[in-house]
Amino acid sequence: MAKFDHTDDSVVVIIGSGAGGGTLANELCQKGVKVVVLEAGARQSTETFIQDEWKSFSQLAWLDKRTTSGSWRITKDFPNLPAWICKTVGGTTTHWAGASLRFQEHEFRARTHYGEVKDANLLDWPITLKEMEPYYARAENKMGVTRTNGVPGLPGNNNFKIMYNGASRLGYKKISTGHMAINSRARDGRGACIQQGFCFQGCKMGAKWSTLYTEIPLAEKTGKLDLRAECHVARIEHDKAGKVTGVVYFDKDGKEQRQAARVVCVAGNSIESPRLLLLSESAKYPDGLANSSGQVGRNYLRHTTGSVYAVFDEPVHFYRGTTMAGIVQDEAEHNDKRGFVGGYELETIALGLPFYAAFLNPGGWGSDFASYMDAYTRTAGLWIVGEDMPRESNRITLNQDVKDQHGLAVANVHFDDHPNDEAMREHAFKQSTAMYEAAGARKVFRTPPYPSTHNLGTCRMSARAEDGVCNKHGQAHDIANLFISDGSQFTTGATENPTLTIVSLAIRQAEYIADQMQRRQL
Amino acid sequence: MDTPIIRHHIKPCTGLSRRRFLGAAAVLSGTLAIGTTLAAFAPSRAWALATTHLDQGQAETILAMGKALYPHKDLPDAVYAILVKDIDAQMGDGQQAALLTEGIAKLNRQAGGAFARLSLEKQTDLLRQIEGESFFQAVRGQCVTSIYDNDMAYRHFGYEGEVWSRGGYLARGFNDLHWLPDPPEQASPSMKS
Repeated sequence: MAKFDHTDDSVVVIIGSGAGGGTLANELCQKGVKVVVLEAGARQSTETFIQDEWKSFSQLAWLDKRTTSGSWRITKDFPNLPAWICKTVGGTTTHWAGASLRFQEHEFRARTHYGEVKDANLLDWPITLKEMEPYYARAENKMGVTRTNGVPGLPGNNNFKIMYNGASRLGYKKISTGHMAINSRARDGRGACIQQGFCFQGCKMGAKWSTLYTEIPLAEKTGKLDLRAECHVARIEHDKAGKVTGVVYFDKDGKEQRQAARVVCVAGNSIESPRLLLLSESAKYPDGLANSSGQVGRNYLRHTTGSVYAVFDEPVHFYRGTTMAGIVQDEAEHNDKRGFVGGYELETIALGLPFYAAFLNPGGWGSDFASYMDAYTRTAGLWIVGEDMPRESNRITLNQDVKDQHGLAVANVHFDDHPNDEAMREHAFKQSTAMYEAAGARKVFRTPPYPSTHNLGTCRMSARAEDGVCNKHGQAHDIANLFISDGSQFTTGATENPTLTIVSLAIRQAEYIADQMQRRQL
Repeated sequence: MDTPIIRHHIKPCTGLSRRRFLGAAAVLSGTLAIGTTLAAFAPSRAWALATTHLDQGQAETILAMGKALYPHKDLPDAVYAILVKDIDAQMGDGQQAALLTEGIAKLNRQAGGAFARLSLEKQTDLLRQIEGESFFQAVRGQCVTSIYDNDMAYRHFGYEGEVWSRGGYLARGFNDLHWLPDPPEQASPSMKS
């Protein structure tokens, strides 16, 4: 592994090592670019991952304080935990379930395709599916996505068998074990899935793709990567001309450090990335970096979600096997006859007993609650993932009244459901209930959205500088050598789980950065 | 998150030493019923818990609260006793101790003596009345981890927990459901294909 000097201003500094940052780092290193990755979390491994939900949560989750506001139920149940994402090397790729779906063509043109939606800030992406296709293909190959590149699909578990039977009885056709970045066969130096469950707790088999044990070690092998774990970036600095020159961070001993940079790429997930841009305000940029549009932190997206659990007479043991074991995609298309724009997926989910108790009905108690717990082994479950509407008022701001361990203002996450989100969730709840009843469920019940794992859109890309924060390469409209490299750049949320698109955008961005560096444009 | 991130260990213990409990503020004890899942794997059916801060009446009130909040017919008191142990640990903090002491006293006053002696129905009514109070929130929040995140609960509710050491569920029933037809190969390919 390389060690670059803190004053070396020829390096690209990447903040964050997840799907965006970790992939970008490797892609740049492979092209011979020197990279410093600053990761706020510690480095774990398949050996240190823990198959115990609460312990693992303490090990991997981002637990630095955040605050919440708005009408979402999270403000009541989890006021300081708006998101369930990770602070560790590999970021949330340690925790994700592995679903790897390409966006649909129309989802890159949401404003055009859906028309004007009241109180939504819809916009077309500045890129098209056609432009993205070669990068999707490379990402799928890199990640070993099942049902692509000759990789067979995964076998379905008990939870999927119920989903399959219910959905097909309801007339749904697009039901399968999905496109998953989980090895169904040994591939690329990683073993095949042995159906442990615990996908959310870090895959101890390493069968699920994570930058922790793919991109990052590959980048380290090039001798071009200097990865510094437990380094929390506090601000990005710039020169008189407005170009960024480096970052200030707190190292693992809490000591303030400064790293010079030729290019800075922000990939801290959609809460931390805008927070950092806002924290980096200066006399020249009083509203924060890259914020001439005023869009930094706005249009926070979290997907329209919710869960449905169903109790059966016979055993299910839904926690056995992959967490996202199967998917129904019949509702993924846009069809405004349903009373909302956009679409949704139904994906199986399972929680261990401790998290089932915590998330089934946060705050709930009494004999009904107890009866659901009693039926734990006879329960099946799914998670709704649908496109939510961008709103300017759903946003990340700095809460100056609350400071983190470094004395920095924490992020406040404000969210109100759009009526479209509510209509979609209701439709999905009804369909899911019908599906489980068709499979013979005794009792079906709804669970409110968990703390968000899909956090998107807070530094969105746009064709015009006044509509967003970055261009179609993730390059800030205002500052040429500043890039947004995570899901923050999403213009809209689409229906699909976001990781494959984040990885594809990172591959594409690496090409652009390397090319621009070679041309001395950066 | 309203649920504290902690791990609990109370195991049915063998060779209960009286000496160990001499300095205790209160002792809760019981016996796991013969024939239950837990009795089958526990080294001893007898269990006991000694508190440091909670007195006998307080400990019994908390135990009764746990049982009324999350009423499981066959779940042994040994599991609910973990709640008592964890609440007892919270009493180490002065502010929290005041909240809990006052809350317990008030609940018993509202119960006309001992909350623990009321029927489940009456207990539930009383709890519903104090649902918005921070004392209630503190105990209920603690229940979620105390009652459901321990080895005895795993056994009781049928959750198998850690599986890495046993090689995953690939050969241990991940797809052993036979009361519905199997999906076609195309939707759910076997590992052999």
